Amino acid sequence: MHMKKSWIIIIVIVLVGFLTYSWIKGTYNSMVTLTESVDKQWADVENVYQRRADLIPNLVATVKGYASHEKETLEGVINARAKATNTTIDAGNLTADKIAAFQQAQDGLGSALSKLMVVVERYPDLKANQNFLELQAQLEGTENRITIERRKFNEAAQKYNTFIKLFPKNMLANMFGFEPKPYFESISGAETAPVVDF
Amino acid sequence: MRIKHDIEASAITLLTVFVLMFANAFGQSIPNKPNPQRLVNDFANLLTQGEKVALEQKLVRFNDTTSNQITVVTVKSLDGNTPSMFAFEIGEKWQVGQKGFDNGIVLLVKPKLSGNDKGRAYIAVGYGLEPAIPDVIAKRIVDNEMIPFFKNGDYYGGINQATNVLMKLASGEISADGYGKQTGGSGIFSFLPIIIILIIIIMIRGSRSRSHGIGSRSSLWTALLLGSMLGNRSHSGSWGNFSGGSSGFGGGGGFGGFGGGSFGGGGAGGSW
Repeated sequence: MHMKKSWIIIIVIVLVGFLTYSWIKGTYNSMVTLTESVDKQWADVENVYQRRADLIPNLVATVKGYASHEKETLEGVINARAKATNTTIDAGNLTADKIAAFQQAQDGLGSALSKLMVVVERYPDLKANQNFLELQAQLEGTENRITIERRKFNEAAQKYNTFIKLFPKNMLANMFGFEPKPYFESISGAETAPVVDF
Repeated sequence: MRIKHDIEASAITLLTVFVLMFANAFGQSIPNKPNPQRLVNDFANLLTQGEKVALEQKLVRFNDTTSNQITVVTVKSLDGNTPSMFAFEIGEKWQVGQKGFDNGIVLLVKPKLSGNDKGRAYIAVGYGLEPAIPDVIAKRIVDNEMIPFFKNGDYYGGINQATNVLMKLASGEISADGYGKQTGGSGIFSFLPIIIILIIIIMIRGSRSRSHGIGSRSSLWTALLLGSMLGNRSHSGSWGNFSGGSSGFGGGGGFGGFGGGSFGGGGAGGSW
């Protein structure tokens, strides 16, 4: 009788131990996978912003050929680009402050570009230039990509945050040091690409 | 344990509801995936039944042979969305293209409904097809293959033409560079056949002055034939050849369904 009871206890302990282990393992691995997807999505965000930055030297050169005395606007774009390309974040080290700084630098470039596109309206020759038209199409495509990748980043971050904040996984998240990820905020109408309406 | 589980479950449900509410605030006006799934979705009624069937069959066949999915969507209104975002949302929501390859294309047309209304067209290109169809090329297809037809109210003509070019680009039959040269550099290329014809005529004249008779007449015919062949080859209109005829049966082979493709913002659009 006594023998039987202790056996049951041992079996229960082993069973609970095994269940706990597999739960922790599953949760931990899911958190790692979700972190990875947020990091990957962040890399995609930086890529599309870089893609925009890469278009700018060519764009500035083309505009200069037709509108050389728009020096101030052109320099604004060049400076904003320098600031934007200097602000990068390591994916493993995303904080709300850093993302805000990144966003501010990139939005600065975005508004400098919008200003340039307004100025360009005054130069019909430039607007008819094939090279410029192609750059414009590429720029518009890049703004679309930025909007989409940012949204995908927010979705990935939200999925991760939801996962680690829900009880009882939040206990494990705290234990293993999984921090919530920050979001992109859609301030200054950045969610809608700068208006370059053709 | 049971209660804990219930709380967790209800928290998840609540959260899902919230997320869906936010997601829907954006995606409200985006049409749902058609049921049964099909590639030609003429919500704005721009095409006749026969045209729809012809397009559908062409695109289904293309999907069957290359796995690239081109879907045509026409809508009466974009409900305040930009054409680009509308097209990308459709691509993501319907999952146009194959999973892992992201080889889908959404061709969106919003017709010009009245005098001061603006017609809009957009080609959204899935991640996987961006190298084959760069933004600049998508822009050219919109400007050169679609809008000229759309301006005349010929929606089928423009859609048919654009899908033909997109199919050739997506399958690698022609390269983006090749298409770019064909349409962009209107310099020598469009004059080349004329120049060749002129040279041939001059040659014929030269030979005729030396020898009169049957020989010269036949060479004139050869020249005309050669000239028209050359003329056709460089004229982009001749691409639209293999769709029309096969609209005998309704429905056709049937479309297997969208495959899980994803979009990253590639493509371009235009308005008229």
